[in-house]
Amino acid sequence: MEHLSSTTNRFVNAMYRQRGKSFLKYKQLSSLAIGDCEDAELAYTMRDLPPRAGHTFPGSEMPMMDREPDGSSHPHTPGTPTFTRPLSRSLEPELVRRSQLSSMSSLDSPMSPSRPKSPWGRFDPYDSAEDQDKEYVGFATLPNQVHRKSVKKGFAFTLMVAGESGLGKSTLVNSLFLTDLYKDRKMLNAEERISQTVEITKHTVSIEEKGVKLRLTIVDTPGFGDAVNNTECWRAVEDYIDQQFEQYFRDESGLNRKNIQDNRVHCCLYFISPFGHGLRPMDVEFMKTLHEKVNIVPVLAKADSLTPEEVRKIKMKICEEIERFDINIYQFPECDSDEDEEIKLQHQELKDSIPFAVIGSNVQVESQGRRFRGRQYPWGVVEVENPEHSDFLKLRNMLVRTHMQDLKDVTRETHYENYRAQCIQNMTHMVVRERKRSLCNRVRDSASDLPLPLVPVDSNTERLIWEKDEEVILFSLA
Amino acid sequence: MSEIVPPEVRPKPVVPAKPSHVAPPSGAPFLPSPQGTGGEGQGSGRGSALLGYIGIDTIIEQMRKKTMKTGFDFNIMVVGQSGLGKSTLVNTLFKSQVSRRSASWSRDDKIPKTVEIKSVSHVIEEGGVKMKLTVVDTPGFGDQINNDNCWEPISKYINEQYEKFLKEEVNIARKKRIPDTRVHCCLYFISPTGHSLRQLDIEFMKHLSRVVNIIPVIAKSDTLTLDEKIEFKQKVRKELEVCGIECYPQKEFDEDMDKSDNDKIREMMPFAVVGSDKEYQVNGKRVLGRKTAWGVVEVENPNHCEFSLLRDFMIRSHLQDLKEVTHNIQYETYRAKRLNDNGGLHPINSSGHDTQESNL
Repeated sequence: MEHLSSTTNRFVNAMYRQRGKSFLKYKQLSSLAIGDCEDAELAYTMRDLPPRAGHTFPGSEMPMMDREPDGSSHPHTPGTPTFTRPLSRSLEPELVRRSQLSSMSSLDSPMSPSRPKSPWGRFDPYDSAEDQDKEYVGFATLPNQVHRKSVKKGFAFTLMVAGESGLGKSTLVNSLFLTDLYKDRKMLNAEERISQTVEITKHTVSIEEKGVKLRLTIVDTPGFGDAVNNTECWRAVEDYIDQQFEQYFRDESGLNRKNIQDNRVHCCLYFISPFGHGLRPMDVEFMKTLHEKVNIVPVLAKADSLTPEEVRKIKMKICEEIERFDINIYQFPECDSDEDEEIKLQHQELKDSIPFAVIGSNVQVESQGRRFRGRQYPWGVVEVENPEHSDFLKLRNMLVRTHMQDLKDVTRETHYENYRAQCIQNMTHMVVRERKRSLCNRVRDSASDLPLPLVPVDSNTERLIWEKDEEVILFSLA
Repeated sequence: MSEIVPPEVRPKPVVPAKPSHVAPPSGAPFLPSPQGTGGEGQGSGRGSALLGYIGIDTIIEQMRKKTMKTGFDFNIMVVGQSGLGKSTLVNTLFKSQVSRRSASWSRDDKIPKTVEIKSVSHVIEEGGVKMKLTVVDTPGFGDQINNDNCWEPISKYINEQYEKFLKEEVNIARKKRIPDTRVHCCLYFISPTGHSLRQLDIEFMKHLSRVVNIIPVIAKSDTLTLDEKIEFKQKVRKELEVCGIECYPQKEFDEDMDKSDNDKIREMMPFAVVGSDKEYQVNGKRVLGRKTAWGVVEVENPNHCEFSLLRDFMIRSHLQDLKEVTHNIQYETYRAKRLNDNGGLHPINSSGHDTQESNL
């Protein structure tokens, strides 16, 4: 997390610049950062000062609490000798405010001088009673800082849905994110679709929930698997993913890297038809082509056409076939060994449910006095969110609530890095080939110029030359 | 069963230059024959009044006895992607384990690389009537990545059966009862996507609707809610119309008395079916169905699916008609084409030593 330390440093430097050596303020702002050891020492010594109650100071400048998070300047510029007074002065309003706004902090513990008002409120990791007396440096609040920054920036997530048409992809996407992304979709009839090739369409929507912004992009693949001859119909998908990687690669290697837009595909939901007997040849080919480029999450579509027994059987079959064909679908990260049993159990359940047997619906139906999203049949009503009816909840929780960040991380660390390494390797090969060719040409040309017959370079020397060449190139590229 | 009339009564189409436009009205003088002769219990005012009971109407009884003794053949072909429930539906239709799957012990679900044709025959009996039922299955259809021309093996098979029958027919020493292996009915299974027909469906039906009677069915229709079902059916019907595909019962072969019935049936096609060979207890009755976590889909309940409609249509009312249309129209078309192509009937296949040329 290099960028984090840089922010912290910037913060600290800003403080210094604004108020000279205002170690005081720095320490009071919940001891967020560690400057150099000088400041740390000072921080320690200051903690021993007792509170000076009963002082009132005119014009308590600005409400401490509001200013602290923003790290704005404190008007007084205490020099070293005056630090006692400003300490107590600033402590006073703190005390007052503390009692007034006690709801902000989870514990109403007696304030000690070493415990300045924390902006983290109830997220302050130091709030428990046992932490009050120990001495902390205070960097355990780093996650909170990251959190706050990210919330301001917002998140981006790109999800791709692939599969034959009619498997309920659009309905599922709408159900997952409770939006209607496909309002004006025109369904082509079979005549029009004869000449259709696989397209890639993108829909972007910004969703906000509890202050957190998500820029969600859904990449759809209409026309996939619909033709009579579907050879290489995944080529368009592969090209799209590569394109996004390339774009990011270029942006990353560019000069201005402030606002890189991450359009890389983070997750691909592949819809498997429930009407077959497991994976079809096309499913296998698609997944084999793309498993090294994107996180594939297989999904069993329209699962309400299957009885529970059939669901179990087909899931087993699909898992077996995935293993047999060596397809690397997205693997959940292992649980830490110190997590409690319940979480581990849930995790195991999640792993066992691959592929997720889902049902999608955005239509509200009413049954037994309740209203819920579902599908109404003459013989019963299917609930989308009932875990006994479908794995929709599991999929949604995985995708949105627990594993979204992990999906992005795997994309960034594994798939993108693979792409990048390959790209660089290709470039290297190209350059080497170029040099070989140019050298060849030069040799040929020179042969025609020289009056003497050119001594044929023996293969050993030639090889040495090429090897040296490659070394040089690699060195220059590194 | 007033339609047990020997095939000769139906108008035999004149061999035209363009065999594909065979139509019944060309045989006008033959048409009102049942009424014209004044027999067969139709009682039109045309014939002379009978002075007593003769007993002509017992011919029905005689024919029935004969049919029961000889039994009859019925060949049905099922076409569709794997996993659409073809074998289960056939088992449900004939209430017995007649499909390919049940015949072989190894329930091998591997997808074959090319379309194969596998036929299984059984003799089933009901009410003293014996039927030799042959189910022709087509594993591998539509399952590959490249499905170009995957209907060709099927087309070839159908034509081969016609050829076989033709050869038997032109023999000088003909068998009394030519074994009929011609495909009388082809059930085409449409995947219940809910959107429209797939390209493969249209291509198949275009190529084969003039060769064999196709009855399209929507497979695994418990995926669709009532509204979706209605919408999907409408879309399918419209698309078939636009592409000029005529499924059985074909409008052009309708006779007047069948027209309104057939119209009603055409309105309801394609039938949305669900197949099952398991029984469950519902309201104290044992019914065939599928049990899910939210209810039991009853196969024979007309509110749930149209299986009973399909069964009544195919077996209880139009079974004989299917055979007749196959014999009189599809087969005759094939025969006429062969005659025209060769300017006379020569046995073209190499196994022609025993068949002798006949003059036509």
